[in-house]
Amino acid sequence: MPGDSGGSVGLSWRAAPFDGPPLRYQVFFGEQERGPYTQLAEFPANSHYKSDADRPWWSWDRTKNVHFYQVKSTRTLNLVNGRPYFFKVALTDGTQSLEGPGRSAVPEPNLFNWNKANNFLLMIVFSTLVLISISQAKRRPNIFLRRIPGLDAVEEAIGRATEMGRPILYLTGSDDMSSLSTIAATVILGQVAKRTAALDTQLKVPHRDPIVMAVCQEIVKESYLEAGRPDAYREDSNFFITSDQFSYAAAVDGIMLRERPAANFFMGFYYAEALLLTETGAGTGAIQIAGTDADLQLPFFITTCDYTLIGEELYAASAYLSREPVLVGTLRGQDQGKAFLLISMVIGTILATIGALTGTQTFVPVLQLFRDFK
Amino acid sequence: MTLFLRRTLPLLLTFLFGVAFAVQYYIPHPVSEGALTEISIWLRIILGFAMILGIASLCQVHYAKIRTRVAGWGYSLVVYFSMLITVAVGLWARGQETGTGLGWIYTYTLLALQGTMFSILGFFVASAAFRAFRARSKEATVLLVAAILMMFGRVPLGEYLVPAAGPLAGWLLNVLNLAARRGIIIGISLGGIATSIKIIFGIERSYLGGRE
Repeated sequence: MPGDSGGSVGLSWRAAPFDGPPLRYQVFFGEQERGPYTQLAEFPANSHYKSDADRPWWSWDRTKNVHFYQVKSTRTLNLVNGRPYFFKVALTDGTQSLEGPGRSAVPEPNLFNWNKANNFLLMIVFSTLVLISISQAKRRPNIFLRRIPGLDAVEEAIGRATEMGRPILYLTGSDDMSSLSTIAATVILGQVAKRTAALDTQLKVPHRDPIVMAVCQEIVKESYLEAGRPDAYREDSNFFITSDQFSYAAAVDGIMLRERPAANFFMGFYYAEALLLTETGAGTGAIQIAGTDADLQLPFFITTCDYTLIGEELYAASAYLSREPVLVGTLRGQDQGKAFLLISMVIGTILATIGALTGTQTFVPVLQLFRDFK
Repeated sequence: MTLFLRRTLPLLLTFLFGVAFAVQYYIPHPVSEGALTEISIWLRIILGFAMILGIASLCQVHYAKIRTRVAGWGYSLVVYFSMLITVAVGLWARGQETGTGLGWIYTYTLLALQGTMFSILGFFVASAAFRAFRARSKEATVLLVAAILMMFGRVPLGEYLVPAAGPLAGWLLNVLNLAARRGIIIGISLGGIATSIKIIFGIERSYLGGRE
């Protein structure tokens, strides 16, 4: 079958002019040409057309007068790649049946899933846009960045903690190092650590994941070195609590209530513990800055934190805080991608609406370019 | 050599694995799927070893608290005590949970504590809502009105008193809220791709610990 990893066979045969409700097709399977054959499926003769398959036009012949049936490996039927199997199709009206000859088919894995070709193409286009933007940013470094109040407030929060002589609590989220939001959180941590080093403010970073902890230790240490304050670096500023969700929330809440940090940063991805953490922090009167791409937790952060970086703003933070042209260039590429998608959505909506109102299939090929096929 | 190990090698590995597994998504061949499974196993193994780091950090932090007798150092003793008891009981039960002391600790201690923490969420939602829904600004007033409509639409008594509240709440949820959510998700996805490109091509490298 096109686009699969093997272990399945697609059977197709021309539809008969007399295909109708009293007639049914039966599909048989055998390991040898002479049989024995076992019945795999039975369905009405006016169903299972090639055009019924939810596949894109560029990888699938959507012929209407050809029947199609996919035989997949199951618990009882194991189709081994590279081995020939035999199939027969019979047409029956319940009393007598007309049987076709046995045909062989070999399941083979594919090297490329052509159903995802549109996805691949969009990825290439978008990646190219970002890379072009980066190279342009190197030539013309003065790119306008809109204000992000949450990131502007970082300085204010650290300053407040310094004035009050209280620590800063920084959380990197609940995901591991393979999550983009965790990486973004660790990048912002580096910038925060530079400021805490310069102002000699205590930084506390409790962790749920030991690998994230090890990475953050390195980042904070480097930041203190860069700030010219390696002496102020404390080995215990990053510490592991537990990987258990609510035990972690309880421990962090305890730190907030006992040590009363002046500023709490919640960066990264969070689950149900989000409100448990931020509401406790709000109760202590700390200035709270959150940044997450967990869309379900955003309402909780917005209601309980002073500033919230919504979604992509979290990823933009490193460019915004460092102002490095190369990093800022990626933001322009992102914006161009968004503009492209916005225009595509407007055009797509108009075409889909016209299609639905008039019943025309003319726009289906264009609309399929933006669909997600498996 | 140190620079190579600290910088070049991690960046090279990031590039190779980043490109390989971005392309892997489009290759259905069993070899490609096998590679993904294999890497997932590696990750689990690395995480297992990394847990030693975590436990060492935990012990270190609490040992320092006990040694310096900081306020609340008694809780650090409780951490040590609980950890040692659980490890001892776990070893005694040979890691089996059913009908053993380890299972008892899990069901009647850890699960109960987790349930307690989770149930606090209900109260926190109420207190956060109380603070957020005070109509101090135009935005907060919109939030307040939307919240009242949602409450009326989702509570049987509310829908009985105001029959239009149900469909209106559904419209808020399925049209306005969903549209905003999708907008955020599109932004997140594009931001995710851009960030991945930055990491794969070594443009963003501060997660490795500072810059050269």
